[in-house]
Amino acid sequence: MTPTDTLRFATRAALGYPLRTFLMVLAMSIGVAAVVVLTALGDGARRYVVNEFASLGSSLVIVLPGRSETGGFNPVNAITSTPRDLTVEDGMAITRAPAVLRTAPITVGTSEAVFNGKLRDVTIVGTTPDYLKLRRMDLAQGRFLPAEDPNAGVAVIGARIQSELFGTESAIGKVLRIGDRRVRIIGVLGSTGQGLGMNADEVVILPVAVAQAMFNTNTLFRILVEAKDRSLIEAAKTQTTEILKARHDGEEDVTVITQDAVLATFDRILGTLTYGVAGIAAISLAVAGILVMNVMLVAVTQRTGEIGLLKALGAEGAAIRNAFLAEAALLSAAGAVAGYLLGQTGAFALRTAMPVLPAFPPDWAVIAALGKALSTGLLFGVMPARRAARLDPVQALAKK
Amino acid sequence: MALIELSGIERVFTLGDSAVHALANLDLGIEAGEYVAVMGASGSGKSTLLNLLGLLDRPDAGTYRLGGRDVTTLSADEQARVRRERIGFVFQSFHLVPRLSAAENIALPLMLAGIEPAERARRVGKALEDFGLANRADHRPDQLSGGQRQRVAIARATIMQPAVILADEPTGNLDRATGEEVVRLLEMLNASGVTLIMVTHDAALGAHARRRIVMQDGRKISDD
Repeated sequence: MTPTDTLRFATRAALGYPLRTFLMVLAMSIGVAAVVVLTALGDGARRYVVNEFASLGSSLVIVLPGRSETGGFNPVNAITSTPRDLTVEDGMAITRAPAVLRTAPITVGTSEAVFNGKLRDVTIVGTTPDYLKLRRMDLAQGRFLPAEDPNAGVAVIGARIQSELFGTESAIGKVLRIGDRRVRIIGVLGSTGQGLGMNADEVVILPVAVAQAMFNTNTLFRILVEAKDRSLIEAAKTQTTEILKARHDGEEDVTVITQDAVLATFDRILGTLTYGVAGIAAISLAVAGILVMNVMLVAVTQRTGEIGLLKALGAEGAAIRNAFLAEAALLSAAGAVAGYLLGQTGAFALRTAMPVLPAFPPDWAVIAALGKALSTGLLFGVMPARRAARLDPVQALAKK
Repeated sequence: MALIELSGIERVFTLGDSAVHALANLDLGIEAGEYVAVMGASGSGKSTLLNLLGLLDRPDAGTYRLGGRDVTTLSADEQARVRRERIGFVFQSFHLVPRLSAAENIALPLMLAGIEPAERARRVGKALEDFGLANRADHRPDQLSGGQRQRVAIARATIMQPAVILADEPTGNLDRATGEEVVRLLEMLNASGVTLIMVTHDAALGAHARRRIVMQDGRKISDD
């Protein structure tokens, strides 16, 4: 029996029992679709986080007060108290490092902003003029913090503060009361949306000295450092650490993390998560494989008479085995293809429903799902096919 | 030299703890071109004999020579090839594959032999003509009458131009008129030189044959 004939014979056999074939293909396709959709979801989450980090600026080094022993990003870093303050002067010193392009100190707090009787809780960010470029932000109106006067009572507000407190009216030149101080609005940020928990649309940016005075503190929340080039990130990190160590009496009491380290951690966590969901979805593929075996065993029983006939007509064991294996492979292949299409449709639906989530299934998951569907189908098809090939022709022919 | 030579054939089935001799010390020779009816009551061993002749079953003792070649010692796959090339089967219940058309059913042995599609189509086309099935080529078995089904089965049995046709109660599922038509067809094939061995318990049908072998309890009790 030639391979073409085997394939054609198996196709006819599969199509000869349409309901059975449909259910089998459905079961297999659900397994494949589950892998495709779930990995699309997991990998989409990973890409979303990675993109968010990238929007922070691509060659960023972040200085945190306090010493952390771990090399990577650790949420505890955000709340460690520090033995020695991180100051604006520290930031200026870092700016002089050869690998550093610019720095921006950040102090953060919350306060109430009042305009014309309207009151709103806002996040106050105290920083320097370089912050705008460092964070790759755009201004919708006006200008950013002036370089010439670090103590100016001026503010740049987020897009939502503008719309909620001022409506369609321009906020430029208006005086806003924040806590017990009055500041003049000189600029409005362009709308950027959510950025790692801090919504840039809901901030009021003040000169760092003004913000520190407002919160009665000398210390900084962070110093953001931008390296001159991506390749200089490590150099910038080393130089920053050296400068701060020298300024802090030889004690290394700050944590300097690169964005890459943070990114790598998130990448790893979410990558593992994706593998995890892929593994769970793969269980359904194994179940589908067992279903293939069951269906093929039923097929062998159902077609015992036919197998006896083929043997009487001179079919060798291999011809019968191959015909049944080909049928199992066809069912799995059809299921795999249908599942792939179903999964891609599902991923497309996810992307349509949640446009921020780049829910594309990773190539490895698609290949693994299709490969596993085919191999389980074949593997679980072997036993029924061998059983068919070994049937005793006399007994098989006696069956109707 | 006889086409078929059986000597000292034994076939024993074990039912529970008793051994049943389906065939006991059977010697038989059949020449090429003969027309033989194997008769006997059910359980007489006539079907077991047909299965042995068709290489579907193996004897427990004795030798079977087909065309001078000892076929009892062949492997299962070698026996399959001998069946494919030298033996045609016609069954009581036709044994057509229900999802395949008449033409495809007839083509099955050619497909199993790996003969290329163009040659297959030519031979199947000729067989359909010869057996008066030309306008039924694309009909599935459930769209054919009993007589037509058996004609498809006979066309399939002869498509490889075998030396022997083994027919097991070929008229058992047919009415008398159709049955006679089928027997005439088989006799025509025999007249053209094919050895015909037919198992039947129908005495009228057996009377057609030039040689009758009557079986009882696994033994040949008459052969004339």
